[in-house]
Amino acid sequence: MPNLEISNLCFQNRGPYAFRIAGGECVGLAGASGAGKSLLLRALADLDPRTGVMQLGDVNADAVTAPQWRRLVGLLPAESGWWLDRVGEHFADFAAIDEQTLAAVGFDRSVQDWQVSRLSTGERQRLAIVRLLANEPQCLLLDEPTASLDHDAVARVENLLLRYGADRQAPMLWVSHDPAQLERVSRRGLRMESAGLLVDAGGAGDAR
Amino acid sequence: MHVKPLTPADLALAASLLVLLGLLSWRLRLGLAKNLAIAAARTTVQLLLIGHILRLLFAHVHIASMALISLVMLIAAGREVMARQQRRVSGLQGWLIGSGAMFLSSFTVTFLALAVIIGNEPWYAPQYAIPLLGMLLGNTMSGVAVAMDRMTETLWQERRIVEQRLLLGQTAAEAVGEIRRQAIRSGMTPIINSMATAGLVSLPGMMTGQILGGSSPMDAVQYQILIMFLICAGTGFGTIAAIRGVERRLFDARHRLRLDALQTADEGQRP
Repeated sequence: MPNLEISNLCFQNRGPYAFRIAGGECVGLAGASGAGKSLLLRALADLDPRTGVMQLGDVNADAVTAPQWRRLVGLLPAESGWWLDRVGEHFADFAAIDEQTLAAVGFDRSVQDWQVSRLSTGERQRLAIVRLLANEPQCLLLDEPTASLDHDAVARVENLLLRYGADRQAPMLWVSHDPAQLERVSRRGLRMESAGLLVDAGGAGDAR
Repeated sequence: MHVKPLTPADLALAASLLVLLGLLSWRLRLGLAKNLAIAAARTTVQLLLIGHILRLLFAHVHIASMALISLVMLIAAGREVMARQQRRVSGLQGWLIGSGAMFLSSFTVTFLALAVIIGNEPWYAPQYAIPLLGMLLGNTMSGVAVAMDRMTETLWQERRIVEQRLLLGQTAAEAVGEIRRQAIRSGMTPIINSMATAGLVSLPGMMTGQILGGSSPMDAVQYQILIMFLICAGTGFGTIAAIRGVERRLFDARHRLRLDALQTADEGQRP
């Protein structure tokens, strides 16, 4: 049961940030657009230059290569990127993808041969989640994972992600602009103030 | 074997064609008359100047003067490579990547050709060394500039895709592989194409010059084949080295895409 422990994290004149997410815990992250929520997630995935200590379980970010660290802390960007023609080509081994995971986001195996260029934004997002989970990350950093999804798909994606977190006892950081969603998925919240200050938003229960 | 010398009157006759073209351009309001005049004047002055420099070099053959003129040519080519890139690696490092790649490939290939293949005495005899280095440097410069421009521009345009691949745990080399290959291909394609059409569509300039100068066509052809091979090798190695350099500069040790190392052409012109 790996905990995500961040201390003294600084990047681009922001920080220091320090927080801890226990294994299996989902923490909501709210805040105005442009406050720097995505930047924080990027720094956590070591995608931007940063200083400070990041620890997941007994793995220190600086003790492993950056690609290894990024596989451990799965970051789902707000907008997914696809670079080959067909969906299946973006997976190391599409055949190994669990049928249930595909079904949970409304697809079956035939999606492997679909043209990426013909996918809708929502379909891309749901497939990006499948692709991320196929990497078996031990931690999830989710940047508005359901922003482009319709109502029905939102519930299915929330279930899929929460079940993954619970099964793997993965710490989760969930960015959302929807207070109701954060209340559904998380018990504890953080809020990014406009000055880049990260404050405790209290339990979602207290907000009521 | 002597070339029939041209008199100033001959050149004036050719220049009158440009005057005619300038008049036509003025009538058609192409707005090119001024550029035409400046470019024609530059060609005249620059070539006359280099003619005098070469005359001096040929008269006093010394390795130091050869090294000096090679350095001047390299610096000029390095500047040109920078100027041809819309987004370029900023600072001295950007200049070093392009110039370093050209130095490695052009100078090595030229040295190989002079010392081993042609085997003149001394190997740096300016009649051979300067045209050879000039042709190699000029072509390598085009390839390096095209490839570097393509690489930085594509990385800029597709940064989201590259970062997505990094996020999924790919290394920088994996994430940038296709972009790198395309950039190198775009730098090498022109010389490969011109090898493929040489003699069919165009008579290469050097060969034309040699034939005008009185060499036998077969001598000229053999030199031209040699030059084509050298240019292709120099351009290819130079392009690959330059792209490696750009890649190393635009990704750091933690496999992060560092587009902050780029500046646009406008920024560079600021004092």
